[in-house]
Amino acid sequence: MNTRLIKPEGSVGVDGRFGEFGGRYVPESLMGALDELEREWETARADPGFTDELARLLKVVVGRPTPLYDATRFSERVEARVLLKREDLAHTGAHKINNTVGQALLAARMDKSRIIAETGAGQHGVAAATAAAYFGLPCVVYMGATDVERQHLNVVRMEMLGAEVVPVEAGSATLKDAINEALRDWVTNVESTHYIIGSVVGPHPYPELVASLQSVIGEEARTQVLELTGALPDEVVACVGGGSNAVGLFRAFYRDDSVRITGIEAAGEGLDKRHGASISAGEPGVLHGARTMVLQGADGRITEAHSISAGLDYPGVGPEHAWLATSGRASYQAVTDEEALVGFKALAETEGILAALEPSHALAHVLAHGGASETILVGLSGRGDKDMTTIARAGKG
Amino acid sequence: MNGLTAHLEERRAGGRKLLVPYVMGGIPDRGSFPEAMVAAAEHADALEVGLPFSDPLMDGPVIADAGERAMASGTGPLDALELAAQAEVGAPKIAMTYYNPIHRIGEVEFCERAAAAGFAGLIVPDIPVEESESLRKAAGDHALAWIPLVAPTSSARRVADIVATATGFVYAVSTLGVTGARESLSERAARVVAACREATDAPVVVGIGVSNAAQAVEATRSADGVVIGSALVDLVLRSGSDAAREFLAGVRSALDTGG
Repeated sequence: MNTRLIKPEGSVGVDGRFGEFGGRYVPESLMGALDELEREWETARADPGFTDELARLLKVVVGRPTPLYDATRFSERVEARVLLKREDLAHTGAHKINNTVGQALLAARMDKSRIIAETGAGQHGVAAATAAAYFGLPCVVYMGATDVERQHLNVVRMEMLGAEVVPVEAGSATLKDAINEALRDWVTNVESTHYIIGSVVGPHPYPELVASLQSVIGEEARTQVLELTGALPDEVVACVGGGSNAVGLFRAFYRDDSVRITGIEAAGEGLDKRHGASISAGEPGVLHGARTMVLQGADGRITEAHSISAGLDYPGVGPEHAWLATSGRASYQAVTDEEALVGFKALAETEGILAALEPSHALAHVLAHGGASETILVGLSGRGDKDMTTIARAGKG
Repeated sequence: MNGLTAHLEERRAGGRKLLVPYVMGGIPDRGSFPEAMVAAAEHADALEVGLPFSDPLMDGPVIADAGERAMASGTGPLDALELAAQAEVGAPKIAMTYYNPIHRIGEVEFCERAAAAGFAGLIVPDIPVEESESLRKAAGDHALAWIPLVAPTSSARRVADIVATATGFVYAVSTLGVTGARESLSERAARVVAACREATDAPVVVGIGVSNAAQAVEATRSADGVVIGSALVDLVLRSGSDAAREFLAGVRSALDTGG
């Protein structure tokens, strides 16, 4: 089992910076807990007892390694060889479980007796509830009231798994408000509780912790592509909301200069209208404890994001992506709701795979621009069952 | 010495317990906000003015809802700064704001505007001492006192680092959690105050969870003063500025007589 939990050199300083991004902008009450988490994580990642157990869990609980899939009929439409990293085939149907299993193992090691999490579409909430159930820990999931309504199926799944789902009415009643509420809970219960954040966002050490736990995606994929084709891909593409599946896939390729790295943000209704493209159309700011690219007004108030896919409906982005964009190592493009539906449909028709709407953004980009590359590796971050109602409704509209 | 510090230390030297009420910018509404400020400041030693923000993660439901209400009626964080300049209040004003509005317009620009609006101090609850150096400098350059927060979970080393930056007073967070009224003050309040005392001579003011005269008296057995926030904001919204003035007069009197 290939679980490299090593930091990519040069990207992360001792203070949790990704270039000018990252850091720790949180109430003083949380600083002690973040220091403790950082210490415990640095010890754990270097401890074979921890990494061996994590490797075992990734195999028997998550079902890793996930396959690399040669999308031959989809490739005909692109005029390039498209390879899909099938995170949709991981337990619970998305890459989120890689992170929650790792963090729950860490929480158990830290003797925490309670898990909290936030969720947007519910995929991370389901993955957190699953990991908490496996470790026998009580779990509270904060979810925007709007999302509770939109994603009812996942609410039921979380409750079946024993989690308590708390609807958050504040603000826009979506993911960003759920993160605020989870942070409020953590400020209050910091001594007993571990907060499993769902993406490469938040205060240090979370962006680095989550990226390391997700880097198994790219480690596997890089080896699998080399085995299958005998060469590295020309381009690696993944969708970016907070950006955990993308960082997880990208990290293995940072040092491969020949590989172009492309992140796809949600252009929503268009970049001049409502969208979720923090890098393409945002400015530097501080959100949820990190300095990164955010959608905001002239007075620093955070703007509501929009995307047809709940997982990309977020007004910020992980600081590692902000750094990748600024440094030029990766480029970021944005794909609209409408284009994402085209990507979804193309994969369903050619390969018989119902992708989630999030990676459908990456598929749409490849459909439109893939011809420039010979081999393209795409992160298929999750399956689309949760999106069927949305897609059916959009089809009628 | 900063103007706010001198003002507070003089009052403390006279044996007075410090009362720092909190009002939310633009509450109860834009038009009545100056009146609410004047009322809250009448018995105060300093007045904390919250700037409405979209993501107030240190605030409980009362203050978070008040902020949303202010923004819904057109008062954003920078509007609140300017509104606050419209009233002549009888106590030094302290701006309480999350960091992103400051980051967005620039630390120096923000401090310029706050000073121009008559503010004497700054509280930023989501910036730890490690990240605040340039902002503290900008605040100092504009005669804004820096009021850092110390938490029950702060280690002795952190407490020392934090209180060393204080130029107005130290804001001792009484309990783990967000702003809001509580039935009893945490025993931790006294411990946090004691930890601050070990490291500084600056005034130590307890905030979060202080909602009535009895709690204010209890807190000031160890602390130099109290911040009263959610209870006051709730009162301003439900019963108006006169009720707020009367409530604070009661707290003032209890503080002066020791209960």
